[in-house]
Amino acid sequence: MAQVTLLGAWPSPFVYRVIWALKLKGVDYEYVEEDILYNKSERLLKYNPVHKMVPVLVHAGKPIAESAVILEYIEETWPQNPLLPKDPHGRALARFWTKFGEDKNPALFGFLRTEGEQQVKATKEGQEQLRILEEQGLGDKKFFGGDEIGMADLEFGWLAWWLEVWSEITGVTLIEAESFPRLHAWIQRFKEFPTIKETLPDRSAMLTHYKGYKGLRTPYLALAKS
Amino acid sequence: MEEVKLFGAWPSPYGYRVIWALELKGVKYEYIEEDLSNKSDLLLQYNPIHKKIPVLVHNGKPISESHVILEYIEETWPGNPLLPSLEDPHGRASARFWTKFIDDKALPFAMLLMTDGEELEKAAKEVREILKILEEQGLGEKDFFGGNEIGLADLAMGLIASSFGVIEELAGVKVLNGDEFPGLCNWVKKFKENPAIKKNLPDPDQMFVYYKQKREMLINSRAALSYK
Repeated sequence: MAQVTLLGAWPSPFVYRVIWALKLKGVDYEYVEEDILYNKSERLLKYNPVHKMVPVLVHAGKPIAESAVILEYIEETWPQNPLLPKDPHGRALARFWTKFGEDKNPALFGFLRTEGEQQVKATKEGQEQLRILEEQGLGDKKFFGGDEIGMADLEFGWLAWWLEVWSEITGVTLIEAESFPRLHAWIQRFKEFPTIKETLPDRSAMLTHYKGYKGLRTPYLALAKS
Repeated sequence: MEEVKLFGAWPSPYGYRVIWALELKGVKYEYIEEDLSNKSDLLLQYNPIHKKIPVLVHNGKPISESHVILEYIEETWPGNPLLPSLEDPHGRASARFWTKFIDDKALPFAMLLMTDGEELEKAAKEVREILKILEEQGLGEKDFFGGNEIGLADLAMGLIASSFGVIEELAGVKVLNGDEFPGLCNWVKKFKENPAIKKNLPDPDQMFVYYKQKREMLINSRAALSYK
């Protein structure tokens, strides 16, 4: 059995966060696809009995669940190519913005779950949070992590790839280049970054997946707190 | 000289988490009580995004979000650690997992305070299920969530030891009982016995008055909304 196993469900952005962390640090792992909609495996239920959700990282037989917790674990276990700065205040800021991303998921994803006037309202609310992210989170930095990709960049990675697909399906554009120039520039930098570029789910497969009968209401969006 | 300030608002359990962490580590700090209905300019300057407490200010630099503050405190003052050592990353992950677990479950606990009738019954049921998971999977055979000593997750769970009893009394429910939850009840006892915690627990009578007022206000405003 592999030392490091990742239980995931394609194309969950929460799972990809963990994949990016492992790849950025050059950690070998075995990926196992879980059918979280219809047939959760015994293994998943054993390794994450509390939430029964992916991602779950299993290292030397011990499981870790919750993507934010997994990222901290990866950072401590494989310190090369760090995702957090050395200084405690910088680390606190990275964690603050990571938590901001988690807390604002409902507001940011709102446009996916609504229609008509509700959707217009939800889009505006999402954009208010993005404004804060643009001006106070990212500012003039290259990445949220500074010169290098860090934990907060991985938290917001879905903005760089999944958002385009969802925008195409819903016809709603959350991030216009003119309104959010810094976020827009960050998006280009993030998805062009070599390790990330090689590790993005296929766009047309994603379109098919998210257009499917469960569509944008698939569980790992609804359970955005995982 | 190090300057540590903590902005809190009694009896917020999130503020208490940080107080307990500082006290357990013997860190000297100045506590500043905020009136949340009239937030100070300093608070708005130090936490412009959320405008909430707790905020820790260390040598002029602010940190907000209670679990972010706890990690900062742990890294800055490593004495009397609240997390297992770096030799045990899985133990550290477990502490973070349970901290996140209780943070994600804040709503059912709040609903116990804010509701009556059927909604209250539903909230009590949800809280019972949460406590069951904590008892069986979080605590298990351990004295504390952190193992033999109080750790990060114990501080996050602290509200169960400090304010939960008062909330139960006001709501007229008894969820945390010794028959169903012997481990958790033992944990509450041991948590409150810790000298640093014992000296820094909100006064139950004062809490009763405070939460009673809050409960009445919240229930009335929810009733008023339902007539619109």
